[in-house]
Amino acid sequence: MTTYQYTDVVPQPRRPWDHSRATALRVAVLVVLSGVFGSLLNSFTGLSGFLGWYVGLAFAMPLLAFVGSVKHGWNMATDRLATSLITVAFAAVTIPWVSIVVTVYQKGSKAFHAKYLTDDMRITPSSDLLQYGGVAHAIIGTLLMVLIASLIAVPLGILAAVYIVEIKGRFAKMVRFLTQAMSGVPSIVAGLFIYATVVIFFGGFSAWAGALSLVILMLPTVARTSEEVLKIVPEDLRSASYALGASQARTTFRVVLPTVASGLVTAAVLGIARVVGETAPLILTASYFVATTTSLTEPIASLPIYIFSSLGLGDDNATTRAWGGSLVLLGVVFVLFVFARLFSSRLSRK
Amino acid sequence: MNNEIGSPEVIVPSVPADSGIVEDRTQRNAGNLEVSRRGGLEAVGVHAWFNKHHALADVSLHFPENTVTGLIGPSGCGKSTFLRLLNRMHEFIPKAAMAGEVLFEGNDIYAPGVNPIEIRRRIGMVFQKANPFPAMNIGENVVAGLKLARVKTDDKDALIEDCLSRAGLWNEVKDRLKAPGGSLSGGQQQRLCIARALALKPDVLLLDEPCSALDPGSTLRVEETIVQLSESMTIVMVTHNMQQAARVSDYCAFFLSDGGPGRLVEADLTTNIFSNPSDQRTADYVQGRFG
Amino acid sequence: MDSPPEQREIKTYYTTVDKVFRGFVSSAALFSLVVLILIAAFLLFRGFEIFADYGLKFITTSKWDIGNPEDPSTAVLGIGAMLVGSVLTAFIAIAVAVPFAIAAALFIEYYAPRFLRTLLTAVLDLVAAIPSVIYGIWGYVVLLPLVEDWSATLYKYLNWFPLFNVQTPIFGRSPLLAGLLLAVMILPIVTSVAREVYGQAPRDLVDASYALGGTKWAGIKTVVLPFGKSGLVGGAMLGLGRAMGETVAVYLTLNLVFKVNFQILASSGGNVASLIANKFGEATAYELKGLMAAGLVLFLVTLLVNFFATVIVNRSRKIV
Repeated sequence: MTTYQYTDVVPQPRRPWDHSRATALRVAVLVVLSGVFGSLLNSFTGLSGFLGWYVGLAFAMPLLAFVGSVKHGWNMATDRLATSLITVAFAAVTIPWVSIVVTVYQKGSKAFHAKYLTDDMRITPSSDLLQYGGVAHAIIGTLLMVLIASLIAVPLGILAAVYIVEIKGRFAKMVRFLTQAMSGVPSIVAGLFIYATVVIFFGGFSAWAGALSLVILMLPTVARTSEEVLKIVPEDLRSASYALGASQARTTFRVVLPTVASGLVTAAVLGIARVVGETAPLILTASYFVATTTSLTEPIASLPIYIFSSLGLGDDNATTRAWGGSLVLLGVVFVLFVFARLFSSRLSRK
Repeated sequence: MNNEIGSPEVIVPSVPADSGIVEDRTQRNAGNLEVSRRGGLEAVGVHAWFNKHHALADVSLHFPENTVTGLIGPSGCGKSTFLRLLNRMHEFIPKAAMAGEVLFEGNDIYAPGVNPIEIRRRIGMVFQKANPFPAMNIGENVVAGLKLARVKTDDKDALIEDCLSRAGLWNEVKDRLKAPGGSLSGGQQQRLCIARALALKPDVLLLDEPCSALDPGSTLRVEETIVQLSESMTIVMVTHNMQQAARVSDYCAFFLSDGGPGRLVEADLTTNIFSNPSDQRTADYVQGRFG
Repeated sequence: MDSPPEQREIKTYYTTVDKVFRGFVSSAALFSLVVLILIAAFLLFRGFEIFADYGLKFITTSKWDIGNPEDPSTAVLGIGAMLVGSVLTAFIAIAVAVPFAIAAALFIEYYAPRFLRTLLTAVLDLVAAIPSVIYGIWGYVVLLPLVEDWSATLYKYLNWFPLFNVQTPIFGRSPLLAGLLLAVMILPIVTSVAREVYGQAPRDLVDASYALGGTKWAGIKTVVLPFGKSGLVGGAMLGLGRAMGETVAVYLTLNLVFKVNFQILASSGGNVASLIANKFGEATAYELKGLMAAGLVLFLVTLLVNFFATVIVNRSRKIV
């Protein structure tokens, strides 16, 4: 018996299990047939429009997939039935998402004019022509309240995470649990609470009150994300710091937190994204004001309330303004998310 | 070439060394049709990749029917990868790729149109870590494969008894078939997994270090089971344990990676591998000089 | 004799700096506890008179009449219908959202190509952060006419079925509309939780099912779904909590009528949160106390739901 002789020729890697052309063809035929069935339903029954067509397709596809493969045996047939059912249901889930983004963009862009982002509604009634007025007051009000809320909620949230991960205190489990429970507090209850305390005590709606109600809603998100982030810090980093004779405080502030700084920024940004569109608590705390103001002790505008109050009027121009505000708000949330992603991807690269 | 090697009666250490389990490449490339008509399982020029990483290169190996073949070699030499290629489990690893052919009863299991599910049903597999389904009791675990495949059985109880007996577990569990699979000891769980694979009546059974997590007593029980099973099926097992390979297998195949992809160094009758290997590296490994 | 030596206790002595640091962080961490207690305390304090006047009748009465604004004794306040509305709309939302969430989670985790999986996970987070007022305006403008159509069709053919019957065939802002909108709103969170637990299904068991000749679906049915069952229940309850506490979206899509209504197509209903938003603007002093009491009830109910949801979700995470 001789030792095996190698050849140095390395063949091309294959992936024979990848979907073959036959599979692609099968799927294409399936989709087309189901689509045709949807169209037939569309034209001969009451199921109208895109949704009607989709309902037809969604019923036809799993059925056709099953019938078409039943000759290969029951297992293959149920597997394909499940695959198409799951795919069709998933696609259905995305329909509202696409619809929301498209509708907000289409209707919202009608409200835009050159000075939409820089004018306020000081002298413009909501039902006025669309070339007048803007959302500057709402943007500034939202920014102001979110800024104050962040200044309070971000440190508190990070400290809660430090307590759970670094100090590992006696109540660590309880603190985590309470923070999770707090994330379930309905936003209107947070508003009602601030109304029952701050607003009644200081005798009026104010940016302060609005910001404080946002703190309650923002804290859980910040705390939870920070906790996940702090857990990434490797234990030997802390050991190294302790071995150099550093105190726990110094280790936390000089070693642990700077290591995950970008992750903590992500936590803050996600917290902001969570509250920037909160409407219900602001109705009860900050109320609304048509002019631009930076006073913290008076009622102040915000993007969500701008949308909400314009919508309540039932006037076409006012409704268009509500969509315009929605477009701005959605844009802000999207941008915040991109930021959060950027920072968290920088963290994971470390 | 001795094509009779697959029949049970020749599984004795005295078989000539050129037993044919290693296919000489020149002969194979000459288009010898005989190769593809042989029974059992055969890998022909098999490679494996994970993403860009070339994990296994150019392995050709024939597993004759009703024999036990041990795959030995140090960690990371591609033994388990090779094993998973033999019943199309390799493809569940993301970005995996392969080259070459695996012939089962003469047909390439990677050919277009082959139903991998059918292949996996006929080439069973037992994993390193015993993995009975936690939501099922012992009896249900045995017939889980039939349930997954929706195969109807006339007499389920008889099948459960038969499989558990062949796996050497029946006497230990016959009074508590309704107990959860997780309540068994590690060795019992592994034999339960073997019984589960047997219920599908596979032609080939692949075992990936089936005893690595077991105590010596359980290991012996599983080894006995393997030897008994080899009377009626082809068995391929990955093992790190040289004694086990010597005790159980008829043939041994030694894999090694020199930093590059894992390769087959030598394959032969187990007695030859242990007493008279033709490659120095094999000799070093089986004598425990590395690995 | 070789008796074991006495064990010495290792004590960490913290420096003054560390003591201050630990004390400071600990007290900051208890902020959430303080807030939760304060919320309950202040809402109880402000709404106490209502509980004193009505007792349990406050949550069983379905009438909201302030009577003579000058004279609180002529008022009748009760949130029975609103509680029913909260539960009804939230359950419609769960019933619709959970099957879709299961499918979406399975698709993302087991069917979608890899690049799509990362993308979809991010999209899921993003749509979960779309403000409720935007969901609300979309529900009011886009979904409302559609649901009105479907409701008319359902009523036409299925009015013999009690659920789809109505007194007067007006289908505008009905529990069905609000429930469907809430379903759209809670889908991301339920899907997120489901995706997470399904992704943690033990790989070796999935492999075992494949090695036994199981199809992908067989593996999901025998391994993934049973494994993710309790996590899914927790996720659904998180969604339930969200749906019961939602204000603006329900305010915009459900006609506020103080009558217990189980007819999901009828243009009548309301939930506790939307009641507060609705009545807050012009509330009399006494009515305001009623709203505080309603807020307390809502707070306690959602806290209870969230409590169980968190326990279940945490437990399902721990198994892994």
